[in-house]
Amino acid sequence: MINILVEVRFHGRGGQGVVTAADILAVAGFKDGYHTLSFPTFGAEKRGTPVASFLRLSDKPIVSRDEIYYPDYVVVMDPTVIGPVKVEAGLKPEGKLIANYPKGSEDLKRAMGVDFEVLTINATKMAMEHLGRPITNTAMVGAFVGATNVIKLESLVETINEWFTSKELAEKNLKLVEEAYNYMREVCGW
Amino acid sequence: MKKVVRGFYSIAYSVKLCRPDVIAAYPITPQTEIVENLAKMYADGELGNCEYVTAESEFGAASILVGASATGARTFTATCSQGLILMSEVLINAAGMRLPIVLVNTNRALSAPLSIWNDHQDSMILRDAGLMQIYVETNQEAHDMVPVAFKVAENPKVMLPFMINMDGYKLTHAYEPIDLLDQEVVDSFLPPYDPPVYMTTKNPLTFGCYAPPNYYAEFRVVLQNAMERAEKELEKAYKEWAEITGRDWGGHVVTEGVEDAELIAIAMGSLTGMVRNVVSELRNQGKKVGLLKIRTFRPFPAKEIKEILKDVEKILVFERAVSFGYEGPVGMEVKSACFGLTPEFYSFAVGLGGRDVPGEEVMKIINEVYDGKVKQGFHFGTVKPFEEVVV
Repeated sequence: MINILVEVRFHGRGGQGVVTAADILAVAGFKDGYHTLSFPTFGAEKRGTPVASFLRLSDKPIVSRDEIYYPDYVVVMDPTVIGPVKVEAGLKPEGKLIANYPKGSEDLKRAMGVDFEVLTINATKMAMEHLGRPITNTAMVGAFVGATNVIKLESLVETINEWFTSKELAEKNLKLVEEAYNYMREVCGW
Repeated sequence: MKKVVRGFYSIAYSVKLCRPDVIAAYPITPQTEIVENLAKMYADGELGNCEYVTAESEFGAASILVGASATGARTFTATCSQGLILMSEVLINAAGMRLPIVLVNTNRALSAPLSIWNDHQDSMILRDAGLMQIYVETNQEAHDMVPVAFKVAENPKVMLPFMINMDGYKLTHAYEPIDLLDQEVVDSFLPPYDPPVYMTTKNPLTFGCYAPPNYYAEFRVVLQNAMERAEKELEKAYKEWAEITGRDWGGHVVTEGVEDAELIAIAMGSLTGMVRNVVSELRNQGKKVGLLKIRTFRPFPAKEIKEILKDVEKILVFERAVSFGYEGPVGMEVKSACFGLTPEFYSFAVGLGGRDVPGEEVMKIINEVYDGKVKQGFHFGTVKPFEEVVV
């Protein structure tokens, strides 16, 4: 027992796959040997409204099912929720905020007035290129894995292959995951 | 085989392994994905000869199952909240007719105001309906309790509807690792349904006939007798399940650290895990606190609960519902079970309409009760300041 507990909070809007992002990582994390738990919260069941989802990874069975108030990582799928939603709330000082934000991390740090580590990626552009739709969740799980090393890329790839029943959709999303992953590795200098 | 699946699937998969004959359902959040999964299994030909009926309402779904169950079919449905309330007339009838329908209620708040989120107000309204009721803590427990529910409901000594309560969202929407059962395991535990009485076209029978005053009371006496037998039969089924699967969820109640406890916290459902964590943290700080998890709510294991609480100074109940005009329903039952004892009693209604219950809130409530900083009786958990318009 080394008492690993990683807590991640995802923010975005209904229709962007915020819930699925946490779910995919729960499946991928289990492949790496973690106990995992993911679950969502949202307002109305409508596209466009702010949504949050939660992911816990641990080396012990997870018993707490409350929302995550002090995350190790925050992942933001949609730049427009930053502001209306206090996405950085409770983020641990040594934590990371990973955002889909086209104007870059310096701009986001200034806009938010924060001094913890902020990593940005233009996931909407990448998703439009690969999927033709602004669904950013697979790009952002790729970015998360690239920026954190919490889950192995191979486990994520395996999960994406299982998740999408259409082979074509799986392949498109895999390309998206790998591009976002590689981009984040570069940003982090790994 | 351990696999990360969503709560919905953990139920649907277990229902499939129980070889149901008739499933009838109407969608309602956060239940729909259970019957969506079952509908897909049906469409894919995985449910054998099962009939899957899409009903026009929850009233219709329950009514279809009453008819099916009366012909000797193994029946299943899932619902919650307004859907459960709409089913209630039929379910109360099913109990009186002694039909062993199994349903999963994905606990959700009641209107008004409209809420799709979790608490226990829906199932508590059916407290007196004649359904057996259990509350599960995890999706693994939910998965495991489906065969147990069929076994006890269909036990010829019992013959009553069985409702498994699992918290909406907190469990239904959660992905987590589940050890999915094998068909052989379920088959070895759950025999085919062999009803003592059932109707056919050649042997027509009346269920739920008119009972004039000189007959009615006896029907209600046998319903109460069946519930009393159910307490033993359910206990036996829990034990047998533990022996067969190696997963021991305990009996009607589960305790931790209650032997020398000055305060015992009581919880049901998915909140229990966190209360257990907080209790063990407080134990490490040297505070004499314990946990009582109630699994079976109907039949209510009153004697067992009284025995556990007989020497404790303080009882603290975490409620997920309110009986308006009195207090929380679990506290009412616990107090009634403790008749003759004189502990201090506290109860807190938390997490109404899906409001999150953080570990910090549970810690604060237990500490304040332990340190004698709260008045005895019923309280609401964290509530924001507000102004009442009608005063």
